[in-house]
Amino acid sequence: MKARIRITLKAGVLDPQGKAIEGALSSLGFAGVDNVRQGKYIELDIAAKDRAAAEAEVRAMCEKLLANTVIENYTIDIQ
Amino acid sequence: MKSAVVVFPGINRQRDMLMALEAVTGHTPAAIWHTETALPAGVDLVVVPGGFSYGDYLRCGAIAARSPVMAAILAHAQRGGKVLGVCNGFQILVETGLLPGALMRNAGLKFVCKNVRLRIENDSTFFTRTMTAGDVVTCPVAHGDGNYFADPATLQRLEGEGRVVFRYAEASNPNGSLNNIAGIVNEQGNVIGMMPHPENMIAPIHGAEDCRGLFESLMAA
Repeated sequence: MKARIRITLKAGVLDPQGKAIEGALSSLGFAGVDNVRQGKYIELDIAAKDRAAAEAEVRAMCEKLLANTVIENYTIDIQ
Repeated sequence: MKSAVVVFPGINRQRDMLMALEAVTGHTPAAIWHTETALPAGVDLVVVPGGFSYGDYLRCGAIAARSPVMAAILAHAQRGGKVLGVCNGFQILVETGLLPGALMRNAGLKFVCKNVRLRIENDSTFFTRTMTAGDVVTCPVAHGDGNYFADPATLQRLEGEGRVVFRYAEASNPNGSLNNIAGIVNEQGNVIGMMPHPENMIAPIHGAEDCRGLFESLMAA
């Protein structure tokens, strides 16, 4: 199974990289762009008996290593 | 005062730390490789030094925080043993949960390598007890991710309990840290993390010896 994990900064956490991207977009002439937030995308193959088992395993990975839940949220997509 | 310095792949400030500990305390610290599962017997202080463990991949300190030696360091801290994390070491301690909050990308997005002015806020910790609260020293910083962040409740607690040990002074905050926080201590008072590098300000060759007193505090225990 393929797991796709999206890790984003929590609301209210300053994102200086997002701000820099926003500045660059604006200097390229893209108007009306606001609230740029950047994050991480991780993809992995996982052997599991079913989707629920894979999701539980990936959730444990996120809690233990992949995301820092002090500042980040994550979403998991298993296919 | 028996100390040990932990070494992870990608750490590059361990020599400075080993030399500073030896120069000031007179005892030769042990160097421990990250695959060790036990600390040398009788160690009082474990130092997690600065550098770029695992290339700062995923998040600074994230991978080192889950390495085998960290279980021994957690147990040492739970027994009341002293732990000091400097720079990447601070990031690693935060990632293990030994200290609250997170260290994020510098607000200015640039790696900063310069001297800052550092105010001692709490002079009762094992690393500041020969200093006086309000003392301002010069200390180098060298990091890209030193922007201290904690949620408002955690921040309020840290401030209320006097657990901010070091603060950037005189408008020298190099990274956007909330409340100009440069270093904190845990609730029990035995784990300290700081972004600046006091080990690089203890001898005439460093330009000044402002941070020598911090290491002398270790002896005053």
